[in-house]
Amino acid sequence: MDLWFTNIANYIVQLLMSWGFPYFWADLILLLIQWMCVLAIVVLDVIILIWLERKAAGFIQMRLGPNRLGPFGIFQTIADAIKLMTKEDIIPNKVDKWIFLTAPLFMIFISVMLYLVLPIGEGLAVVDLDVGLLYFLSLSSLTTICVLMAGWGSNNKWSLMGAMRAVAQMITYEVPLILSLLGIVMITGSLRLSDIVAAQSHVWLIIMQPLALICYFIAATAELNRGPFDMPEAEQELTAGAYTEYTGMRWALFFLAEYTNLVAVSALFVCLFLGGWHGPFLPQWLWIPVKTYVVICVFFWIKWTFPRIRMDHLMSFSWKVLIPLSLLNIVLTGFGIEIFAWVRGL
Amino acid sequence: MMREILASVSIFDIVFVAIAGFTLLCALAMILFNNIVHSMVAMIFCFLGIAGVYFTMDAGFIGMVQIMVYAGAISVILIFAFMVLMSRDPARSNRYSPRKGSILAGFFASGIIAAMLGYAIIATEFPVSGLPDAEVNQMEVIADLMLGSYVIPFEAAAILLLVAVIGAILLAKGVEKDR
Repeated sequence: MDLWFTNIANYIVQLLMSWGFPYFWADLILLLIQWMCVLAIVVLDVIILIWLERKAAGFIQMRLGPNRLGPFGIFQTIADAIKLMTKEDIIPNKVDKWIFLTAPLFMIFISVMLYLVLPIGEGLAVVDLDVGLLYFLSLSSLTTICVLMAGWGSNNKWSLMGAMRAVAQMITYEVPLILSLLGIVMITGSLRLSDIVAAQSHVWLIIMQPLALICYFIAATAELNRGPFDMPEAEQELTAGAYTEYTGMRWALFFLAEYTNLVAVSALFVCLFLGGWHGPFLPQWLWIPVKTYVVICVFFWIKWTFPRIRMDHLMSFSWKVLIPLSLLNIVLTGFGIEIFAWVRGL
Repeated sequence: MMREILASVSIFDIVFVAIAGFTLLCALAMILFNNIVHSMVAMIFCFLGIAGVYFTMDAGFIGMVQIMVYAGAISVILIFAFMVLMSRDPARSNRYSPRKGSILAGFFASGIIAAMLGYAIIATEFPVSGLPDAEVNQMEVIADLMLGSYVIPFEAAAILLLVAVIGAILLAKGVEKDR
């Protein structure tokens, strides 16, 4: 059962080669199929997650949440999606047209690209890069530019202010995000995500790197612009931040990208700290989705429980607390590795 | 003749030419756009293209650093600075200089740089010492060089950057007067 997907992939390649394709093209076609599967997973996830978040928010705020369409309102998201797709795509007169139009496309493209290196199971990453972790971090740093393009292109003061806040926040929190992950790289000695997961077959890194876990979780929340760090789209003061002027499907693309990023970051969290595909009973490719949804539920819980944090507090928290803590984590990890090696040598 | 050339072209050559062409096109667009924000977006794509060139040469680590540092961080800070400091109509913010002298000086400077680069490329011999070993972990090699043989220049560069950051903050905030 562990090898279902690997077998399917091998079967497809063999089938294509028996039809006369050279190996290179068969591999390329397989890559396209995998890309389509990633897209399908993303869309399915977003449909489930929007419903789940509204239900979770309702539960936390002691109300019902969506409850009319289907059992427990489960078809509400589909109805919303149809509404958004049929809405008019309004392009205001004074926008910077090309930047305004392409920003949501780049955003969703980058978010989907993040999934290529995530190992869903042993040997189940689409591309198992040797710099996988770095790939994930550097691509997710590009989403900053998309938000900035949206805010600038809209030619609206709320959009621009929202974009500026988002960029300031994302650049600030990128530093502790990357620094907190260095401890993991020091322990496992690799940037390849499948190596990092394989190194956790006995002990999950959540036990060895608790400080890094806290720093990474907070920084990731801020990177995702989720509550309590959702200053960039604080509805009460900025209407919808960088997305104010967007309508219909373009707005939906931003929304889709946000949830796509949420799933990607949670899956990375699972791979780095929660042992990835390791776990008893279930087949390995089922463990990652299960753990990912648990992490996502924690994100929901935090968003709907804590009030929004003021912008200056947000910035000084990163520079004065998170960055020193993640640097301390690197020092402690270095000592830990040396002590471990010394004890082993005795 | 034509057939021989076509036969010697591999798919990697085609990919390289495509990426290099894309990069050059973006670099040209960056100079030719009238709106400085459009220029910046073109510059980001140019950086991504350069990262793509690194990837075709199997230098994944350097390519990733290129994306993270240049496309992800430096260009964002530049856009930020332009947006905050721009005081004129953005559609006319990146036009040619109207003065003849500065155009001439620009041609002169870029001509000298092009000549120097061209001479350097022609004069340097590129010995091919066998194909790179795919098994060697590039990051380990880079780390060994940076934190081993060249640790002092590396740290000196780090201190230089730190000094620059502190200086920038001092210039921006000013020295607090004695009370």
